[in-house]
Amino acid sequence: MATHIDWRAWALSAGLGLLGAPLASAQLQVFACEPEWAALAQELGGEEVDVYSATHPGMDPHHVQAKPSLVARLRAADLSVCTGAGLEVGWLPLVQRRARNARVLPGAPGHFEAAAEVDLLDRPARLDRADGDLHGEGNPHVLLDPRRLEQIARSLALRLQQLDPENAHRHRARWDAFQARWREAEARWSRQSTPLRGRRAIVHHQEWVYLFDWLGIERVAALEPKPGVPPSLQHLSALAELPVADWVVVSPLDDPKAAHWLSARTGAPVVVLPHTVGALDGADDLVLLFDVVVAALLQALR
Amino acid sequence: MMFGPMTAVRTAAFPMFLTALAGALPVVAAPERGAADRDHETRIQALEARLAAAESRADNRFNPAVSLVLQGGWAAFDQPAESVEWPGLPLGGEAGPHPEGLALWESELTASANIDHLFFGQATLGFHEHDGETETDVEEAFIETLALPAGLGVRMGRFYSDLGYLNGRHSHAWDFADAPMVYQALLGGQYGDDGLRATWLAPVSSVLMEVGAELFRGGAYPAGGLDGDVGAVWLGFVRLGGDLGVLHSWQLSVSHGEIDVDARAAGGHDDHDHAGPVFSGDATLSAVSAVWKTQLSKGRSWVLQAEYLYRDENGFVDLVEDSGAAQFGYDGEQDGGYIQTLYQFRPRWRAGFRYDWVGADNQLVALSNTTGEADDDVAEETGLVSAGDDPSRWALMLDWSPSEFSRLRLQYAQAEVDDRSDDQVHLQYIVTLGAHGAHRF
Repeated sequence: MATHIDWRAWALSAGLGLLGAPLASAQLQVFACEPEWAALAQELGGEEVDVYSATHPGMDPHHVQAKPSLVARLRAADLSVCTGAGLEVGWLPLVQRRARNARVLPGAPGHFEAAAEVDLLDRPARLDRADGDLHGEGNPHVLLDPRRLEQIARSLALRLQQLDPENAHRHRARWDAFQARWREAEARWSRQSTPLRGRRAIVHHQEWVYLFDWLGIERVAALEPKPGVPPSLQHLSALAELPVADWVVVSPLDDPKAAHWLSARTGAPVVVLPHTVGALDGADDLVLLFDVVVAALLQALR
Repeated sequence: MMFGPMTAVRTAAFPMFLTALAGALPVVAAPERGAADRDHETRIQALEARLAAAESRADNRFNPAVSLVLQGGWAAFDQPAESVEWPGLPLGGEAGPHPEGLALWESELTASANIDHLFFGQATLGFHEHDGETETDVEEAFIETLALPAGLGVRMGRFYSDLGYLNGRHSHAWDFADAPMVYQALLGGQYGDDGLRATWLAPVSSVLMEVGAELFRGGAYPAGGLDGDVGAVWLGFVRLGGDLGVLHSWQLSVSHGEIDVDARAAGGHDDHDHAGPVFSGDATLSAVSAVWKTQLSKGRSWVLQAEYLYRDENGFVDLVEDSGAAQFGYDGEQDGGYIQTLYQFRPRWRAGFRYDWVGADNQLVALSNTTGEADDDVAEETGLVSAGDDPSRWALMLDWSPSEFSRLRLQYAQAEVDDRSDDQVHLQYIVTLGAHGAHRF
């Protein structure tokens, strides 16, 4: 009998302990939907944050599943940093519902959407699934424009200060340092990228819109006949008739066959650009990411 | 405030009126002017279209996500579907094969949204053909809490039980054209009922640890045919899941349930004049499931999934015929499972293999019999007499998903029932109109 009571007392205290356990870590738990936001949160949060990235650079953010691990991670998060604009529509709402963490639900201070901080391009005039995988809110691939990234970073820095007032001065100092470094890098990229202005590119998927907006590159066409629909021979043949572009731009996730086919027909060089931090060797942080992008575009022109 | 939008509409309409006027005076306009006007007009039309699109989005922003799932296909069986019975396992609920030939299968209309800051709601209406008539039923209609503290969540209404792995998912999200035999035999296809679910997600971030309890009123198979009180069925489950490295993910679940069965009608031979066997008593239901998924490069992936279900039933079975009635003491043990693997060999193509089986070990003891027939013959008519080898089946599947919203599937299966083999072919389409579905693990 005594052992029975002991067992129950143990179970009760263990249960209550788990239920009431404050998330013991002093660090702010950050759940980043994509590697770029993990990198940004780490830059801006430093030692005050513990960052988890829900996806890695080798995964297509459109096709993520609501895995058990994501539910467990979001359950523990104080802040989620995602792209928004429908990029994570296939999995994030489900993970949010299953994780039952009111701190990071849309509308709460712990919910941060990068796309909500900037003007979006490519807002479709009509919404029809026959036009492919469209995002009604606009093109969500906002990362690759340093001007927009700075806006996003500024808002995220403020959010960190709001969520972690005790360390607000540290967050502010890190933001100041980041901004100075970023401005300096941006000036460098502007100088380097002068030869890129007015050039013309054919892309695989419509994820370079913001990059081209920044660099003044004209997007001639996409290898995907419609967003998310793989290239067809008919479509590629039509592209081969167009005036030759300066590049055929693909990400490491795209099947490069179509790009090489077009390149062989037209002579336009294929250039593989990292779509996020860590997608290619050398693109290990946000500054290096843009260094790699600019260098790769310049290299291909030679 | 009320005049705000009206004013906006008037100002927007004003320049349109002017352009319309300009367009109506072609004789006055010089040819060059006409071309410029047309250009101007096309641009205004384009702007208007964009404005309308933007406005329709604004109007719809608070509306629920609505999606309509259409399913249909073609099915062919070597053995006529009505001649195939699984010994000891009379089918109940919605269980059974797809209609032979070309047919519309189940269609579903789902609406879901956050109700407010506290609740999420979802309803799914199912449409299907039954005996030549189109039936509409409320498959699911539930509300769920969004913001309870400490990882607690409550769902209430009608919903599919979280028992096992497949049961909580709608049929259009299944990887094969039909339910595993064990789901058909033990759960009536899929178990959903009116009730309450409480779950708790442990505050552990390295693995998912979730425990849950469900209470149902017992209105659906395998519970009784009569409405019971909430609590006629209770189920508990534990779910664990996580990642191994960045490529592999897994999930394990164990579920157990106790069911008060009150006059459940199911199966039996329908080529006789009788009201079918009716079972009252207790049942327990247990399930274990395991899923392993591996992401490979270039949009390829691999899934291994298995489930085992066990049901134990004790009580009385009544059979009423024109000539009299019979009652049996009934003690049944039934189980079954499936193991399946899927290989997504290209981003849009998947191939799969499934092996499934089901079996019964039932004891029937005649307690009374006024039908005038021998006890064994009457027992046979309950459909609960188990004999021979366990029915089993293997299936090969190939599907193609041109987009997130459509899928075409070809499935070939060979079933062994009573030493007879049955070739089964399914061609299936599944499409979704409207809101983007969730990528459930």
